[in-house]
Amino acid sequence: MSELANAFVTALKLIFTGDPEVLAIAGRTLAISLTSTLLAALMCVPLGCFIYFHSFRGKGLLISVIQTFYSLPTVFVGLIVFITLSRAGPLGGLGILFTPQAIVVGHVVLIAPLVTGLTISALGGVSPEIKDTAISLGATRFQTVRTILVEARYATLTALMVGFGRAISEVGIAIMVGGNIRGFTRTLTTAMSLETSMGNIELSMALGIILITLALVASILVNRLQRR
Amino acid sequence: MFLKASGLCQSHGNRMTLRDIDLEVKQREVFVIIGPTGSGKTTLLRLLGLLDRPTAGQIVVGGQEVTDSERSRLGTRRRMATVLQKPVVFNASVYANVAYGLKIRGEKRDVRHRKVATALEAVGLSGSAERNARTLSGGEIQRVALARAMVIEPELLLLDEPTANLDPVSTSTVEKLISHIIQRLDTTVIMTTHDMLQGQRLADRMGVLMAGEMLQTGDPRDVFNLPRGREIAEFVGMENMLHGVIASNDEGIAIVDIAGKVIQAVTNFGPGEQVYVCIRPEEITLTGTKDSTSARNVFPGEVARVVSFGPLARVEIDCGFPLVALITKRSADEMDMHTGSHINASFKATGVHVITR
Repeated sequence: MSELANAFVTALKLIFTGDPEVLAIAGRTLAISLTSTLLAALMCVPLGCFIYFHSFRGKGLLISVIQTFYSLPTVFVGLIVFITLSRAGPLGGLGILFTPQAIVVGHVVLIAPLVTGLTISALGGVSPEIKDTAISLGATRFQTVRTILVEARYATLTALMVGFGRAISEVGIAIMVGGNIRGFTRTLTTAMSLETSMGNIELSMALGIILITLALVASILVNRLQRR
Repeated sequence: MFLKASGLCQSHGNRMTLRDIDLEVKQREVFVIIGPTGSGKTTLLRLLGLLDRPTAGQIVVGGQEVTDSERSRLGTRRRMATVLQKPVVFNASVYANVAYGLKIRGEKRDVRHRKVATALEAVGLSGSAERNARTLSGGEIQRVALARAMVIEPELLLLDEPTANLDPVSTSTVEKLISHIIQRLDTTVIMTTHDMLQGQRLADRMGVLMAGEMLQTGDPRDVFNLPRGREIAEFVGMENMLHGVIASNDEGIAIVDIAGKVIQAVTNFGPGEQVYVCIRPEEITLTGTKDSTSARNVFPGEVARVVSFGPLARVEIDCGFPLVALITKRSADEMDMHTGSHINASFKATGVHVITR
């Protein structure tokens, strides 16, 4: 128990003295996760809207498949992205394996089903009376869709928040396609895994606290937005 | 005729929810559709408001037939506004909610501002313009919905059970507001309600919808006093409905045979016709057995039960046939009315409404 407490105190020291390596890792992790979430948002929110507002055969099945992929194993995504980006793979020509970009690609693949599926749920959560109200007040079809989207804005934001949370906290993809290269692709989770195995419990603990703090701050920001 | 609907039918699967509805509403008329819950009022209003498409029939609004094309429907829909039964507000300020219809019509900001301010004042929500509409009470949300509809200045305003989900105080506020809006907008109004009295208070003309069919349309007083058929009579609160046969009719004063008893009534039904005789409970006078009365119909009877509610007392009497009378609590007390009291129940021949069976 005292070991844990010591680790905690040392961790706080490391954070508040502004250890340059720790800060660099934290900044890099944040940049990678935010980029992934942004890219996923740009692709998956419109995709979710498209699926929600269109009726087609197999829609229910498609949504079920998307929901199944919520729990896609990170190591599996890591493996697929690794094969795709490796020199002999279909996108090997890009030469981005073991770069932060590769991690972003993996993260986008990982959270795309989450963001798409939760966007669909968010739109489904808007009461059908909203649609009727918009139409009854003279809205065109396009204006009606826009109104429903605006009504679903906070739930959609939650979808992005969940995606961000999954991206920042995963380790499988970051280690497999990022490679945990010091000063280049090392993230909070890969660093924690390495430092723990090397016995640097305090450092690992500090990284963990930073990770949770980042997630907490993001969550608080979203909550405050929603309450407005 | 501002609105003319003919042969409107609506089915959900195999179930027919509206059957062959014909409806004509004049410009600036307040037409109230009354009927019990589940009779198809909302279904009909949604068709008239062009929210749903009928399985058959056509609608003409302001001389223009509503076709199947979305463009034509939108054009016509923009001339009207519907307030839904369960009004919802957009998750935005009260101001933004009321401004919605103007914004999507591309009204300029200053015009919007002026009209919204006027509408908010009319519904008494000027002070809440910046509040999030989701934080309002049920009655306030209903008022936002009314303001949101009236701000468009629709040629046709459709209101679906505007007071159905409100407490009595909010109901009276909203009802006053509706009469105010009707006067002020000078618009055609079609409104549904299951509240017969509310219908009477607001309607120029009235239609009774039951089980998907428009059974009677006309002046509210006629619907109230001369219901066409038993279901309507029951719905408009006719409590004493006695089955009888016309025995004779002497220039409009008929003798009706009710299980061996004779009731005199003003009607044009001829001898031998099977009818229902309806007497509104409030038209029955109760007196002591020795008092005299000028009424044509006097029946001695025994009080079966007295139930008082508020300032009124409902007296159930057995005169060989059951009768229910509504008198003031005070007179019931003065006459010391209780189960077993012997009294005379009397009513005028003009107070008897004879309807066909």
